[in-house]
Amino acid sequence: MKQFTYTIADANGIHARPAAILVKEAKKFNCSVKISANDKLGDLKRILSVMSLGATKGTLISITLEGDDEELAFCALKTCLENNL
Amino acid sequence: MLVLKGQSLFAGIVIGPMTIYEPAATITSSYITNTENEVNRFQAARNSALEHLKTLYKTALISVGEQDAGIFETHQLMLEDLDFIETIESLILEENLSAEAAVNIASAKFSRLFKEMDDAYMQARAEDIADISAKIISFLTGFETSLNAFPFPVILAAKELLPSEIIQLDKSKILGFITSAGSLNSHTAILARALGLPAIIAVDNFPSKTASNVTVILDGLEGHVYIEPDERTVNIMTQKKEEIESQQKTLDFLKGKKNITKSGKEIKLLANISSLKELQTALDNDAEGIGLLRSEFLYLNKNSFPTEEEQYLLYKTIIETMAGKPVIIRTLDIGSDKKASYFHLPLEENPALGYRAIRICLREPHIFKVQLRAILRAAVFGNAAIMFPMVNSVEEILAVKAIVQEVKNDLKKENLQFSEAIKLGTMIETPAAAIISDDLAREVDFFSIGTNDLTQYTLAIDRQNENLSSFFDPHHKAVLKLIELTVKNAHKAKITVGICGELGADKKLTNLFINLGVDELSVSPSYILPLRKTIRNLE
Repeated sequence: MKQFTYTIADANGIHARPAAILVKEAKKFNCSVKISANDKLGDLKRILSVMSLGATKGTLISITLEGDDEELAFCALKTCLENNL
Repeated sequence: MLVLKGQSLFAGIVIGPMTIYEPAATITSSYITNTENEVNRFQAARNSALEHLKTLYKTALISVGEQDAGIFETHQLMLEDLDFIETIESLILEENLSAEAAVNIASAKFSRLFKEMDDAYMQARAEDIADISAKIISFLTGFETSLNAFPFPVILAAKELLPSEIIQLDKSKILGFITSAGSLNSHTAILARALGLPAIIAVDNFPSKTASNVTVILDGLEGHVYIEPDERTVNIMTQKKEEIESQQKTLDFLKGKKNITKSGKEIKLLANISSLKELQTALDNDAEGIGLLRSEFLYLNKNSFPTEEEQYLLYKTIIETMAGKPVIIRTLDIGSDKKASYFHLPLEENPALGYRAIRICLREPHIFKVQLRAILRAAVFGNAAIMFPMVNSVEEILAVKAIVQEVKNDLKKENLQFSEAIKLGTMIETPAAAIISDDLAREVDFFSIGTNDLTQYTLAIDRQNENLSSFFDPHHKAVLKLIELTVKNAHKAKITVGICGELGADKKLTNLFINLGVDELSVSPSYILPLRKTIRNLE
């Protein structure tokens, strides 16, 4: 299991476009990818779940990965977050 | 006459017959016994909807570009969302609902989820749920409403129009539309604007029953809708419409005309662009060249550095499209305030005064060389030049030129075609550069004055800080004196000098610039024709 946190830097928070980019990225991997924000838990492979978290600028999110390719997913998703949010 | 108010998405006047548009018929719920079969029905419709979305995405790419077309990619992800799918399937399997009813309920549930969020943007996403649900249902029922089946061009009136519907509207049949729902944040609004479809949304007191084909006037400037306007209103609005159209005609009339004052003084007008879409706008507006290609767009919103091939193809496209007209490419002007985390730039207190632009290129020549190689290779296909941002000293120019020479040597060794005699220029955007412009002029082929940063650094004011606007004078004598000095020094050394900052489009300064002898103004494409009008009216 791998876990990391990230603070949303983008002024618009997790809007449709970055949510779509994140979800597309997460779906590439076999491992489960959960996201938590504002005391809510979501699934990073489910776009509705991600968008309904209401994560805005400054929100601290936590990503939890579980599975055989969790290392790869960790690197990819961390980069994805830094570049888009 | 009924006058309604709403939010306008366009700046014009449209007059025409109105037709009320109502989407698919209402769903009647029924008890389903063969639930497994019903789930299969749903999945088949869902897959057809996904296929349809792929087609819509392709159409949108062409008509509105990649950024806005992304709406349909988001819709695809929503259709693949397991929460959405599982909700519908369990409604079918556990409550024996028809697929249509299940989709409707799921749609309402997720729409409500978004509508209850605090953020206005998120609230507008309920529309996306409605869109994909309507799509699945239309495939389930086989009922398709015809959006464009009108014998003459009409103004559509609907409670709501969804993104999929907007992208399919035929502009030759639809003069415009009004809706009672919608917000400026909605994908519908974004698409309508991108398509140039006249529309007024969020119209209050929307009439529930109106006879078909009544005359309607859309006043996009005020956001007013006149239903069955009286004679006086028709006259006023028709006149306004004609004024707007004649203004547009004047601008069109200026195409192909020279930028020459009444006494015969000339100046060139070029365009500043940051994307391929703007390239087309530049051409449509009769730009005499690209005075500033902001190459940063190749580096931003990416996960990694653009490769030499990617850059080469892009520059080549722009240079070829301009067919011999000059294309001045400014090398990357990135700082820690821009989104390009793969550069790994250290966080700075003062990014405007920090590690950016040419400083990064000189410190990390491996990044710089990739861009230079791409530009030099693409330059053989037309008339291209390179200019360097944030230059402060002769030493920096010499260092840059040395790197350019190294790149040329490498390309020669590799037997790759490139432009040996390509012109090299520099931005003059710091007070230091302006003050020593006499020395700099001896080292380059041309100058381009970046007035935005020059003003900022000279007056020590952050232009974006609204709190300082009373202290900010864009026509400050100090800035104008530096521009004058730069132009004089450029011409003394017999090189050309242009202005690519915002002041270039400032009509109050055009006469001054022409009299100073500025060779060219490079502005946002939509300012070119209005500037030409101003110039032709000068003595």
